Amino acid sequence: MTDLITKSDGRLKGRHAGERRFKAYGMIAILISLGFLALMVSTILYQGFPAFKRNLVGLDINFDAVVIDPDGNRESSALRSANYTKLARASLRGLFPDVKKRRDKRKLNNILSSEVGYELRAMVLADHSLIGSTKRVWLSASGETELYFKGYISADLPEDQRRLDNDQIGWLDTLAHDGRIQTRFNTPFLTSGDSREPELAGILGALLGSFLTLLVCFALSFPIGTLAAIYLEEYAPKSRLNRLIEVNINNLAAVPSIVFGLLGLAILLNTFGLPRSTPLVGGMVLALMTLPTIIIASRASLRAVPPSIREAAMGIGASKTQTTFHHVAPLAMPGMLTGAIIGMAQALGETAPLLMIGMVAFIVDLPTGITDAATALPVQIFLWADSPERGFVEKTSAAIVVLLVFLIIMNLAAIVLRRKLEIRW
Amino acid sequence: MSTTLSITRSGRRRNIGELAIRAVLIACSFAAVLTTVGIVFSLMFEAVRFFEQVAITEFMFGLEWSPQTAIRSDQVGASGAFGAIPLITGTLLISAIAMFVAAPLGLMSAIYLAEYSSSRMRNVVKPLLEMLAGIPTVVYGFFAALVIAPFIRDAGTGAGFEVASESALAAGLAMGIMIVPLVSSLSDDVISAVPQSLRDASYGLGATQAETIRKVVLPAAIPGIAGSILLATSRAIGETMIVVMAAGLAAKLTLNPLDAVTTITVQIVTLLTGDQEFDSAKTLAAFALGLLLFVATLILNIIALKIVELFREQYD
Repeated sequence: MTDLITKSDGRLKGRHAGERRFKAYGMIAILISLGFLALMVSTILYQGFPAFKRNLVGLDINFDAVVIDPDGNRESSALRSANYTKLARASLRGLFPDVKKRRDKRKLNNILSSEVGYELRAMVLADHSLIGSTKRVWLSASGETELYFKGYISADLPEDQRRLDNDQIGWLDTLAHDGRIQTRFNTPFLTSGDSREPELAGILGALLGSFLTLLVCFALSFPIGTLAAIYLEEYAPKSRLNRLIEVNINNLAAVPSIVFGLLGLAILLNTFGLPRSTPLVGGMVLALMTLPTIIIASRASLRAVPPSIREAAMGIGASKTQTTFHHVAPLAMPGMLTGAIIGMAQALGETAPLLMIGMVAFIVDLPTGITDAATALPVQIFLWADSPERGFVEKTSAAIVVLLVFLIIMNLAAIVLRRKLEIRW
Repeated sequence: MSTTLSITRSGRRRNIGELAIRAVLIACSFAAVLTTVGIVFSLMFEAVRFFEQVAITEFMFGLEWSPQTAIRSDQVGASGAFGAIPLITGTLLISAIAMFVAAPLGLMSAIYLAEYSSSRMRNVVKPLLEMLAGIPTVVYGFFAALVIAPFIRDAGTGAGFEVASESALAAGLAMGIMIVPLVSSLSDDVISAVPQSLRDASYGLGATQAETIRKVVLPAAIPGIAGSILLATSRAIGETMIVVMAAGLAAKLTLNPLDAVTTITVQIVTLLTGDQEFDSAKTLAAFALGLLLFVATLILNIIALKIVELFREQYD
């Protein structure tokens, strides 16, 4: 008898240990998943943060009238075509008079961005009185200079293994020592289009592209989606046909997104000849993709409206349509809008179908309408992630940060909307 | 008399309006059907044109994939090879790795959330897990290529294995984590749907909570869990950006997770991005692959939805 009790005591211990182990497995699974989330987000924040800062080089530029405006008549064609890069380089060389050899001069020039000429031109065109004067201005540094000051190029590495040699690092240190290097918030990153040079590439073009695409997507999918949901929930008799539509919508929700891209390519581009690479086509493809999400969410919110509302409206003589559109649909609207926002957030992060319809091009100009060639934010991320230059890694991360910020805003909006407008029956 | 007349008239007008609105509503709900029809027809149409140039048996059973068709006809290897088997194995390999990660993580998370956690913890953890599903896949792809792939390569070479820089393992791991919330939220629903009376009966017989879950709750929920895993697999097969960014381009027939493999979706993207004429076998091949992908995911979905539906009926 005692033997039996001690035996079962031992087994009980084992069973309780099993209980604790099983519970721990669950905890570990959650921790691994959330740990991955934390690791991914923190890596991207850490990588992307430096891209929101940029380095500028302060140079005393002599806006030489002979170079800029040889005729002296301030004619804008002359002002536009003048060699401003030369002015910046001359000023930089003035700081380091020992640099004589052609090769060394080129190395020195590489400290500045290749676009400094345009920056100076913009200053002169905005203010003609600069011509003939000498002024300290702040110009963009090159990608390598940025990498050095952000700590990605270490002076401790052997010279032949880094992108800047000893001379260049010496010059950069001198410039920094003289207070000619400034770090500022990288406004151009948020206000300019794409560029081949990592230090100049911005995301405004991609943001506008995404915005226009979502606009088209919303204009199509929201009305169609909600009306379809209204039909299925309020009107449709339980027929085989309607059952088919329902099954269809559920299956459509699980079709891989790239297949929608193929549909857009074959039908919208090749059959209907709509313009390639445009937000118009992108928005249409994404609308087809988000349609099931919106329909499913809208149906759920229509179902939540109690039948008493419908019965009351019918009872005082409203028609089916009046009941639906005057009473049921407005009450279901918050839920429908929430579904639409979630669908739009999904569309904003979608990349693959846009690759299929050619929104993957290198586009510098900002799109102004839905028929302009454009790219979208996630596609821009994909393009930058593919670029070999080191400077694009931080740009990619920074673009992801911007994308995530937008997604968080949209999801928060959906939550707030639901909390604020939700009606408890 | 005249009032009655006006009522019937307005009534008729109202009926016409009703009909018109009903027609608009029906048209809208057919948009989804039209989309499916459009997908099927456009894929079929282009795929048929592809199979006029390349035999369907070569596509389905060919062991070699190198879609480079020559510019000049006298070039070496001018014909190109369109055997989809390496792509299918690559896709299945990466999806299998993903499910190997996602199924245990998702299922155990779901069990913990449904059976053990307090409602407060649930309210915090569930939205956080859903965040994993809300992050765009291009972000996972970037992270896989930037962090996971180099880590696996370094760890693997350190341990004496030969690891490709774009290994199937890296893409599969990232994809697995992405799918965790899909498995966990679906499984959570099914586990919660198992009637409390079953648990109470088990406790009454002296079983611990873990024993109850393992021997009573899970067997009751197994069809739903299987459905959720099938849905997740279909998601993994159709996933594009992670594999485009983190898996390779070379079509290699291998089952080694440390090797670089390519997938159906990666090949569709590579065949269709960049400039090319629309009628070449190369571009048409992308549609044949698209059709394959569509059919495969559709079958998985239909089975999964059917299983889930059957399970629901049991306890209702």
